[in-house]
Amino acid sequence: MSTQRIDGHISQRFDEEMEGIVSDLLAMGELVTEQTESALFAFIRGDVALAQDVISKDTRINELELEIDDHCIQILARRQPAAGDLRAVVAIMKAIKDLERIGDQAKRIARIAVKLADADERYQKQYGEFELIGSHVISMLQNTLQAFREMDADKALAAALQDKSIDSDYEAILRQNMTYMMEDPRNITRIVEMTWVGRAIERIGDHARNVCEYTIYLVQGLDVRHKDDDQLQAIVQSRPKR
Amino acid sequence: MNTMQVSFGEKKDNAAQAEHAVKMSARDVKVFYGDNEALHGINMDILENEVIAFIGPSGCGKSTFLRCLNRMNDTIDTARVTGLVTLDGKDIYDRSLDVVQLRAQVGMVFQKPNPFPKSIFENIAYGPRLHGLVDNKRDLDEVVESSLRRAGLWDEVKDRLEAPGTGLSGGQQQRLCIARAIAVSPEVILMDEPCSALDPIATSIIEELIDELKGSYTIAIVTHNMQQAARVSDKTAFFHLGNLVELNDTREIFTNPQDSRTEDYITGRFG
Repeated sequence: MSTQRIDGHISQRFDEEMEGIVSDLLAMGELVTEQTESALFAFIRGDVALAQDVISKDTRINELELEIDDHCIQILARRQPAAGDLRAVVAIMKAIKDLERIGDQAKRIARIAVKLADADERYQKQYGEFELIGSHVISMLQNTLQAFREMDADKALAAALQDKSIDSDYEAILRQNMTYMMEDPRNITRIVEMTWVGRAIERIGDHARNVCEYTIYLVQGLDVRHKDDDQLQAIVQSRPKR
Repeated sequence: MNTMQVSFGEKKDNAAQAEHAVKMSARDVKVFYGDNEALHGINMDILENEVIAFIGPSGCGKSTFLRCLNRMNDTIDTARVTGLVTLDGKDIYDRSLDVVQLRAQVGMVFQKPNPFPKSIFENIAYGPRLHGLVDNKRDLDEVVESSLRRAGLWDEVKDRLEAPGTGLSGGQQQRLCIARAIAVSPEVILMDEPCSALDPIATSIIEELIDELKGSYTIAIVTHNMQQAARVSDKTAFFHLGNLVELNDTREIFTNPQDSRTEDYITGRFG
């Protein structure tokens, strides 16, 4: 089976608790997606107010991590979950850590956005590559969350594989930024900051991929960490259907 | 630190399991109560020095199957067993086989502690005497002491061996019954819900004992308590409606069962 259910317990209360941590995780995921999107928008447009908003909202993400963690610990202590329920709790406890880190990266982007907000017109062309990598990472985050929401291993695999294009977008940004630095050394400080933004987005892709791996673990019971794309694909697709 | 040591120990056990020999084996075992087929052809190998837990909802056949392993179903007039059950490769339903001897080799501990209405000493001494395992009083004393020691009861009863066994607490009585089973040098110990009448502390002591005993014996345990199965067993067998649905390493059954009925049962989706 390539999907997993979390409801249907004899204890309705247990269903509610499981549904609670799943929906909280999704809410947290949506919030960090929003934060990433806003941070990128603020960076590209030089919108200081929006960037400040992203920075201040990061505390909410940290709070959510603590809350969900606590709910998971309560379920472990009081329900002794097994099989798919156990995998769901474990996957969620791991996923919130990556989501929290995505939040941190969004905050990092927002801080750089504040720093570089006074951009002259002539620099604007340098942001083109960020539009591209940004749209890729947002799409990956959305697909990651959708795969988790539907507890669908095939969708999680597809989302995990999106990380590759983000890595190559980042490579492109690095190459381009080196060119800009060579063209005019006065740009170096600014370009280094922009490179950090690219690096942050690349890290967000890695964290999203981790969440996809936990989703695959949740659904199929397979630990697919530390595998390359080909191995990941082979393992997920070879899993016999129940 | 302690938990880490335990988990390393478990890993070693799992690696060693691959080499364990088949102690008991069942092939197409069916049990009928009158016309009613209660078990539908069970196939299973039980490996030496391993704890196997039988789980499943009430009426699934787990206790019925356990009772096939030392012919306890013989005591029920309407029960009929077909198929093959072997101990060390020998058919235990063979007509020439001595059932009393079989039950010494394959001992049993029941749900409710059932000491004989005799002294603690006599409870243990009865079996070895019956089976002629001892020649003199000194040997008998030795068997009684070592059995009580192995069952973790010696220190609690050594000063009152002549007191009635029924005067002990429930947990102590159950350990007395385990000592009684051990006293006749069994190879396999069957336990039918051995802790369901005990409090959590007494349960932990029995579980600890099971862990120690598996070095010397093969143990099959029926339990309604899934966490208990998860804690004490190496292998878990899930029964449902008279069928063996899934048998696998306990670590797999409780993290990633292959059959949806197993998953539904252990996650509390039907009872």
